[in-house]
Amino acid sequence: MSADLQQQFVSDMLTESYEGLDRYDRAILDLEQGTADTEKLNDIFRVVHTLKGTAGCLGFHRIEKISHVGENILDALRNGTLAATPAIAAALLRLSDGLRSSLQTIASTGRDDTGPNHDVLIAELSALRNAEPHLAPIAVLVEPEVTLQEPTGVAAAAAEPATADAGWGLFDTPSPTGATPTPFAPKETSPNPVSVAQAAAPITATTVRVDVALLDKLMNLVGELVLSRNQLIQLAQSRRPRPEAVADLSQRLNLVTTELQEGVMKTRMQPIGNVWGKFSRVVRDIAHELGKSVRLETIGSETELDRTIVEAIRDPLTHIIRNSVDHGIESPEKRAQSGKPREGHILMRAYHEGGQVIIEIIDDGAGIDLARVKQKAVERGLISGEESSRLGERETINLIFLPGFSTAAQITNVSGRGVGMDVVKTNIEKIGGSVDVHSTFGQGTTLKIKIPLTLAIVPALIVRAGGERFAIPQVSLLELVRLEGTAAAVALEKVYDAPVFRLRGNLLPLVFLHRELKLPGPTTADSAINIVVLQADGRMFGLVVEEVCDTEEIVVKPLGKHLKGLPMFAGATIMGDGRVALILDAFGLAQHSRVLNEHNERARSNRGASTAAVSSTPRTSLLIFSLPGRNRLALPLEQAARLEEFTHDKIEHSGSREAVQYRGKIMPLIRLANYLGGASKSASDSATLQVIVYRRAEQTFGLVVGEIHDIIDEVLEIQSGSEAPGILGAAVLQGKITDLVDVPGLLRAAGIMESKAA
Amino acid sequence: MSAVQSAHQYCTFYVAGLYLGLDVLNVQEVLRARELALVPLSPTNVEGLLNLRGQIVTAIDLRRRLGFPPRKAEDSSMFMIVRTEDGFLALVVDAVGDVIEVDESTYEPAPDTLPLSMRTVLIGVHKLPNQLLHLLDPEQTAALPAV
Repeated sequence: MSADLQQQFVSDMLTESYEGLDRYDRAILDLEQGTADTEKLNDIFRVVHTLKGTAGCLGFHRIEKISHVGENILDALRNGTLAATPAIAAALLRLSDGLRSSLQTIASTGRDDTGPNHDVLIAELSALRNAEPHLAPIAVLVEPEVTLQEPTGVAAAAAEPATADAGWGLFDTPSPTGATPTPFAPKETSPNPVSVAQAAAPITATTVRVDVALLDKLMNLVGELVLSRNQLIQLAQSRRPRPEAVADLSQRLNLVTTELQEGVMKTRMQPIGNVWGKFSRVVRDIAHELGKSVRLETIGSETELDRTIVEAIRDPLTHIIRNSVDHGIESPEKRAQSGKPREGHILMRAYHEGGQVIIEIIDDGAGIDLARVKQKAVERGLISGEESSRLGERETINLIFLPGFSTAAQITNVSGRGVGMDVVKTNIEKIGGSVDVHSTFGQGTTLKIKIPLTLAIVPALIVRAGGERFAIPQVSLLELVRLEGTAAAVALEKVYDAPVFRLRGNLLPLVFLHRELKLPGPTTADSAINIVVLQADGRMFGLVVEEVCDTEEIVVKPLGKHLKGLPMFAGATIMGDGRVALILDAFGLAQHSRVLNEHNERARSNRGASTAAVSSTPRTSLLIFSLPGRNRLALPLEQAARLEEFTHDKIEHSGSREAVQYRGKIMPLIRLANYLGGASKSASDSATLQVIVYRRAEQTFGLVVGEIHDIIDEVLEIQSGSEAPGILGAAVLQGKITDLVDVPGLLRAAGIMESKAA
Repeated sequence: MSAVQSAHQYCTFYVAGLYLGLDVLNVQEVLRARELALVPLSPTNVEGLLNLRGQIVTAIDLRRRLGFPPRKAEDSSMFMIVRTEDGFLALVVDAVGDVIEVDESTYEPAPDTLPLSMRTVLIGVHKLPNQLLHLLDPEQTAALPAV
């Protein structure tokens, strides 16, 4: 076998094995919880079996030997001749740690005999295997919960009640009972559970699995791109190109590149579950180490994110999870005292909302003690005592993001070294995300992380100021206000010398872009004022620009190190004409213009009032719109992928249904007015159709509405079920009765979606 | 410094009358000056941003970097695209000369009387028959004094 080929086989084996071991870990955790079925056992049996076979072929005998022992146990487990006990599960988890460390050795040195030898583990596993006849009848009785609640170390689980003791008495070869975990920890794997995730990282980071069909499609598109290029070259050479030919070609190029862009993006998309998969193990290990009992629940693991972002959030999320288990969840005794279930619960939830991915980590632990946070911050000299007394609830919570802050009274092995949350925040902000903490003391903590779908290409608004063009990512954009003629003359007011604008009754601080950037002011005598309303760190401000040009999808390119010191720029991009435009960073801009400082007080008091009222009830973002004759309708914002406008001539027909072409696909249009009643006044009165793009699975639908009014954040309390199909009920929003639209129901009524999909 | 000992080909150029050279291996290409995107509030040495076939490259004005008065509008300029550890960098120079080959024996380190701020940038000179060729350290040229 040539060295190259051998190398190739080894790297294939490593990739495959790491993936397999992740599955293995999850299955063993299920086994420990008593929820593993035969199919799962079969699957992980195959994982270990394959690993054994491959390792044997490639001459990695240590791996072969240890997997052989593991295979025996798994075989017995799936045949039912051996029953799962906590001791077995713990040993099997150590097996995967052992295998990982051997794989790691192979990855770095190319051989496995330099790594740890697994004699102790092998002895233990064989002993467990052979202990089968004695353990089998009683082992099943050891309920998983009992083990979890016991405040002992991982393998010391076996040192509890009589049932397990009997088994342990049979083989004291490895070590005396209580001390079991210690001999393994340093040898097999580092005691730090995160190392498991880190160990796999270098391997998973270099390869991506791509669907072959998708790859074929990309190849086809590249073929078309080449053809288009050839045409373009020909066209460029012809002396007098026909304008139609140019238009044709540019349209074709547009189509091909758009599809290519989408396709390549898809290859980079990964479900967030790839990261989460490892967390159940992390949680289990830490919980055992600390003598706590914690259950991790995940919702939305299939939510897809760009690969680079998945990698980037791995460490911050691990930090947060570790924090939650360590500081958040109390010990079982304490939980019982405060009337909570002994087992702590951590929920991780991911979903798409408004072009962003939201990740929530919710624990039902002790929550954050604001008084202690303040006290600690003062002790550490992060703020003065006087400052601390002026801090509101939200500001206080945000103190935990300060560098050098840790509330853990006792620094544990797991966390509390004060390098946690500030790093989490910086890392998440580095990828354009934000972190938000809500906590109710005694009830639990919710961390909400918002991150962009991808880093590479973002929709942005192009504006002009001082003769230069700038791009503003739509993520931070709330709305645009244009004031013309006499309105412009009176609209701008001043608080002392700070310009403000009354936006629906609230004062919006204004920032003049050209002044901030020390660029020449507007040269034309155009009296109109364009205000771009931005949001940074939860605060709104208006950016006054000379001209609002267009929205465009821009490719974000980083700035060189010389310009790193300019926080108001997030990067640069290349415009259609080949020139470079800078991308504005709303947060940096707000800080530079001191919007974030000056108005802190006000924002805080507003927020204080609102959070106090609803701190325990979750708020929902709702889109408020109307139909002719029906004034107030709402649907959850997370259901709306985008808001679009189409002119009437864009409407085509597919069968009997109206449809438009949208991003290279056919999007059926549903006129809500036809289903929800309302006045018969035709929507064609206005020049354009307002369409809410609704995405469900892979399919998008366009909901034609009359007018879109607002996006609000309110506590949703549906008060009455309505008889009308397509209406979920009504709620009082912004002081008015608003009907909530049931989109899936409507789609069923429209016959677009079969009821099974509901 | 290894470049000084092993490679002897230099890409030469002029800045405010000074005859300068960069190791040819560090130079990616030479471009005619084109319009740059201004970067507001940037350090004064930064002339702007340049689109180099889809890559965004920071342009640094060598006149300012070397402490000369700024270029007048009518003065000609050229871009030298230089490879550095952190990617490409465009140096704005007055004019570009030939690529010349020099013998190592003509090298001499910069004299101690050179201002300290320049000594890191100008690593030495080659004594050519009728003038001195100043050698630039590309990494140090790229490093900006703290602003």
